[in-house]
Amino acid sequence: MGNKLKSFLAMNNQASLVASLMAIVAGLAAGFLVLLASNPGQALGGFSAIIGGGFENGKSLGQVLYFATPIIMTGLSVAFASRTGLFNIGASGQFIVGAYAAIVVGVKCSFLPATWVFCLLAAMVAGALWGSIPGLLKAYFNVNEVISCIMMNYIGMYLVNYAITLTVFDSLKNQSMRVANSANMPKLGMDLLFRDGASVSSANSGIFVAILFAVVIYILLEKTKFGFELKACGFNREAARYAGINEKTSIVMSMIIAGALAGVGGALLYLAGSGKGIDVVDVLAAEGFNGIPVALLALNNPIGVIFAGLFVSYLTVGGFNMQLYSFAPQVIEIIIAIIIYFSAFALVFKGLISKGAGKK
Amino acid sequence: MSILYFLVQQTMFFSIPLLIVALGGMFSERGGVINIALEGIMIMGAFTGILFINVFQASIPGQWSLVIAAVISAATGLVVSLAHAYASINMKADQVISGTAINMFAPAFAIYVARMLRTVQQIPFVNTFRIESVPVLGSIPFIGDLFFKNTYITTYLGLLILVGSWFVMYRTKFGLRLRACGEHPQSADSVGINVYRMRYAGVMISGALAGLGGLVFVIPTSTNFNATVSGYGFLALAVLIFGQWKPGKILGAAFFFGLLKATASSYSGIDFLRNIPIPSNVYKMMPYIVTLIVLAFTSKRSQAPKAEGIPYDKGGR
Repeated sequence: MGNKLKSFLAMNNQASLVASLMAIVAGLAAGFLVLLASNPGQALGGFSAIIGGGFENGKSLGQVLYFATPIIMTGLSVAFASRTGLFNIGASGQFIVGAYAAIVVGVKCSFLPATWVFCLLAAMVAGALWGSIPGLLKAYFNVNEVISCIMMNYIGMYLVNYAITLTVFDSLKNQSMRVANSANMPKLGMDLLFRDGASVSSANSGIFVAILFAVVIYILLEKTKFGFELKACGFNREAARYAGINEKTSIVMSMIIAGALAGVGGALLYLAGSGKGIDVVDVLAAEGFNGIPVALLALNNPIGVIFAGLFVSYLTVGGFNMQLYSFAPQVIEIIIAIIIYFSAFALVFKGLISKGAGKK
Repeated sequence: MSILYFLVQQTMFFSIPLLIVALGGMFSERGGVINIALEGIMIMGAFTGILFINVFQASIPGQWSLVIAAVISAATGLVVSLAHAYASINMKADQVISGTAINMFAPAFAIYVARMLRTVQQIPFVNTFRIESVPVLGSIPFIGDLFFKNTYITTYLGLLILVGSWFVMYRTKFGLRLRACGEHPQSADSVGINVYRMRYAGVMISGALAGLGGLVFVIPTSTNFNATVSGYGFLALAVLIFGQWKPGKILGAAFFFGLLKATASSYSGIDFLRNIPIPSNVYKMMPYIVTLIVLAFTSKRSQAPKAEGIPYDKGGR
């Protein structure tokens, strides 16, 4: 019995992997066609820049890690919420309030030792708070979490813009001030490893924090009673209630955790020592929305999110390099969109593969 | 008094696109398919429509180029929505996934094509479509000032779509069948309704209206198209839920939201609001905060279509 179950699970994972790979191949092929249609002469060069660009040198590899960090966190946020039956389209708002909280602590509280730890904690609390509101509204007022999350995205964006101008505003650059050095994530020598001559990448220990969170979420979901209860509510609220699970608390807890994850993502993007600040413009944080494709590509598996985030980031870096061949980098987003589209089919394929194996 | 006129006219610019797109979403969702791709479809519709105006504005006179652009936008939206329909109806895929894919694809595609064609991503157009005053109607006192001055033909098109949507949904065989497919597709199938075909129709109508809505949003509020509709597709989704999936309530929700948006964007032109020391960001937040509060009080008895988001499987009957 135990063996049978194990082989079934292995089969299931393989099917997921094969299905995701099929979607990726389809997306890349479509991307190549787009390049071919717009400029046949440069298409091959541009395409190889996408495929090989991330590995070009130490710096580009470091940039892959840097860009992957925030989207792994928002991807985790979306994936975790999905596993508990909630669609967290509000990662963007949670991300930006988390980023703001981290920057405020990083600017104002530089007297604290290892300031970055406190920055991350602040971001976690702010993100959790922002996530808790749609959770509470859903649990106690039956408000659809998709719409409340969308509202919270805009409220978060305007609130952060306003709060920046009141507290940590750099009016010359129209963005938030730089944080103290002690608030930046430790480099752990990654700046020495991931560089191209004098040009240093923004790689930092944030990527390890993101991986750590992925592992924690994996354990929480798969190995704990609490995680089981959250998942049970996602499968069937009524059944969960019947089994004695408090489904209201579960919904709120799910959104709090999802919000905290996205909030940390915001902190990690801006604490990289790259000089990047929050721009005071009326645009929602893209990293929040990019968490959705990452989660989808990973089929909501927390460990898969790490690889999906690295993959999307790898393509993004390839897209920058592709500009040498005078292609607009948006072709990367087109490729990712098509991969996502086919991954919707991939789930169906996966079902077919698993079913076929089950019959034998 | 002129403040009132100004505010009503501004409200129209914000409300009408929301109304059109939310009505589109209604057709899709009442048929049982969640269409989170409204945002992306709006962008695609606005993109082709504005591109057409940009190229042909010089050769086609005034309002006609807007009318043709509207048809092109609607057609674009319809074609894009087929991708969503295929994934969610034929492939029985998760409806959120293909919607997300379209939302990601649309702005990237619009920017990519614009940059490959014209090296910059903005597509400018000259706004020659504003109607100073509608003949005859515009000279009616009060009402003329409110509804028939400083306006666009798209405003009346939007109201026409509202009446048409209500009629189709509640006074035709098609509407009844579509609603049946969203409530209980198994029963609909059992009496000989082709659920797949009805759902396709619902999604395609939503695509056409969302594409049109994209153009209607961009024309009065901007002078160039920059591959964005400022989240209006998502807001339309909110209006749809807020409006309880019913045309009349959707109208109310769209105007409520549009009024708050208009106040936020033009409060500095209104004396008594400008004198109150409230920062502009608070005004901008208002529509979203108020919507959340209203939703908290009205969502207890949500009337979402029962089979919404569940792929229909003939074998599962």
